[in-house]
Amino acid sequence: VNFADRNIATFPENPHRVSALATPAPEPAAAGVLVGAATAATADADARLGLGRAALPEEVAAWNMDVSPDGTGLPDGSGDVATGESVFEENCAVCHGSFAEGVDNWPKLAGGDGTLADDDPLKTVGSYWPHLSTVWDYVHRSMPFGNAQTLTPDDVYAITAYILYSNDLVDDEFVLSKDNFASFEMPNAGGFIVDDRAETEYPQWRTEPCMENCKESVEITMRATVLDVTPDHGGDDAAAAAEEAAAPAPEAAAEVAAAPEAAPAEAPQEAVEVAAAGEVDAALAAEGEKVFRKCKACHQVGDGATNRTGPLLNGIVGREIGAVDGFKYSSTLEGMSGVWDSDALHGFLANPRGYAKGTKMAFAGLKKPEDIDAVVEYLKTFP
Amino acid sequence: EPDPLITEVQSWASSFGDGVDATPYGLPIKFEDDVIRRNVEWLTADTISSINFTPIHALDGTITPAGCAFERHHSGAIELSKDDYRLMINGLVETPMVFTYADLERFPRENHVYFLECAANTGMEWAGAQLNGAQFTHGMIHNMEYSGIPVRTLLNEAGWSGEVEGKWLYVEGADASSNGRSIPLEKALDDCLVAIKANGEALRKEHGYPARLVVPGWEGNMWVKWIRRMEIMDGPVESREETSKYTDTLADGTSRKWTWVMDAKSVVTSPSPQAPITHGHGPVVITGMAWTGHGKITRVDVSKDGGKTWETARLAADSGDKALVRFYLDTEWNGEEWFLQSRAMDETGYVQPTKAQLREVRGLNSIYHNNCIQTWWVKPNGEAENVEVS
Repeated sequence: VNFADRNIATFPENPHRVSALATPAPEPAAAGVLVGAATAATADADARLGLGRAALPEEVAAWNMDVSPDGTGLPDGSGDVATGESVFEENCAVCHGSFAEGVDNWPKLAGGDGTLADDDPLKTVGSYWPHLSTVWDYVHRSMPFGNAQTLTPDDVYAITAYILYSNDLVDDEFVLSKDNFASFEMPNAGGFIVDDRAETEYPQWRTEPCMENCKESVEITMRATVLDVTPDHGGDDAAAAAEEAAAPAPEAAAEVAAAPEAAPAEAPQEAVEVAAAGEVDAALAAEGEKVFRKCKACHQVGDGATNRTGPLLNGIVGREIGAVDGFKYSSTLEGMSGVWDSDALHGFLANPRGYAKGTKMAFAGLKKPEDIDAVVEYLKTFP
Repeated sequence: EPDPLITEVQSWASSFGDGVDATPYGLPIKFEDDVIRRNVEWLTADTISSINFTPIHALDGTITPAGCAFERHHSGAIELSKDDYRLMINGLVETPMVFTYADLERFPRENHVYFLECAANTGMEWAGAQLNGAQFTHGMIHNMEYSGIPVRTLLNEAGWSGEVEGKWLYVEGADASSNGRSIPLEKALDDCLVAIKANGEALRKEHGYPARLVVPGWEGNMWVKWIRRMEIMDGPVESREETSKYTDTLADGTSRKWTWVMDAKSVVTSPSPQAPITHGHGPVVITGMAWTGHGKITRVDVSKDGGKTWETARLAADSGDKALVRFYLDTEWNGEEWFLQSRAMDETGYVQPTKAQLREVRGLNSIYHNNCIQTWWVKPNGEAENVEVS
């Protein structure tokens, strides 16, 4: 076998069996290719090249996580609605809302029942998703956003149960497990048809196109500049950029919603002295511990804290910005000077991407200044 | 009046330019610094799971430079080195296998030029004219030359049974989104590739370095980046990306699924809102691009009057298979108002439809797969605007 020749062999079109590879390729070699099909045909194409290695069972188990609509692929486990509510609050609510109603432009997971034929359908897990397996599969592998694959199977069963509860599809006693999973039918399970363009569209559009006198008149029926939602495109009207998010836009592409509310980071009026360790308002810090649940998906504090998706936060208050050893910051944070005093933390936490454009922190921000006060106080307890 | 650029000695004609060591890997000259990808902030909650747009209004030819080819990712563009890369094949195979990047380079490989279009390209225009620029209305597309290994070669190495009927290939990426998709095995065997190079060089990080799936003619979401696993299965997984997203909701509330093929489509890229006519009256080049997931483009017509009359444009080269083709209409403009449109036809006889035709079948909520005829209103001052016309 001359493997070098295989590099320029033409492959047979669409072989339906491996054995097809062994039959002589019917087409002549392309112009300019001197050694071609005939040579390839003499090679034993059924023979494998012997590249790669067998995957070990534990390797396949580690990656082969997909769950099919009939439940194939689910691990053992279970979770109830009440547990799901607290796990959801801790891991999911920052984007999806405490009741799965969605925050800002983040996906709504609940509601929308019966809206699919409306002018503005609300597609949620409850109103749109055809299979429960999809919820489990996606939460298990890809959520929480920025901290994927950290939830246990029981957590995922619980979150899935809570999402069903949020959609009024189960009562608060419901327990989801591997055993009852396949019996659960989603409301929109029957709402999908296989692509029918070949019947409903292609025949009527495969006609000889008109070239002259195709219409009586042409009138403008809609103009993009009326909506005025186009970002600045490097031209001379920089003013457009300022206006870009101002007008409401029709729901558009995947995961698109209306223009988000502008949320400029308002700098606190007065600089606040950074409190030294020991000067901590314990009650406020306790409030902050609750708020910090939103941060825990990515940040650790306390004994044994390490860098995860975000840097460890021990001693963060008063520390130089972008200075935790071993954490790979965005160039933005790395390039910022100054320390994380109250001003800086307020600015950053209110609107991470507004305050530090380019930061890797995917968090949407804390809307309430009192929450920021509380979480800063909590962080002070880890000097 | 003599032109001082000619009559006076200019600095560049007198002193030095850059040495050959100035730019080991070059970027476009500063005068072209507005030819860049752009995103639309209000479109998504976060740039980590978002999309940007190819500046098609400023490009010509057919190959999209990687540095400005649009990106769409669901959990950010990850950094995955060749050393850390693994590709697993499992499921209905004789031996589940693991390949390293170095292994991939030793398989026989092919070269093909293909377009990649996001299913949501032009989706924001479904309900009406909204974004004022070809980059934003049609920029979720790029066209590259891929060097890659046929998927069938890799499956064969794992001892695929040869059974195709009713079988699916589930593919997923190494990033946190995984972006899993199910592909009928027949398609995977037909022309899909695991690409390791694009436009002659390594894939860019944002396009799936070091290896991505190529699914010619089918919606971009299936071209899984950082591909880490392919599993032959008895049925589709019905993942998030193939149920809750990338499905097309019709007027009665039912939704089409498995709408994989990108139908024939074209757009005039210049003149357009971001590329107005600035040179006054006389000769003007109308240009644009066309593509079809069904094979080859056979013809592109252009209308200047909103579809009353059409003339056939000149294709710069014969259409490749499932690849972009460039068209030109070399004409004159003397300050008259134009309603510029283009209309592509492919080798199946399919004619690119109007938005009205699409809406008649699909209603107003079907966001994906909008391949309608686009209209640019070129005004007497040479500026152009995105409009809908009767």
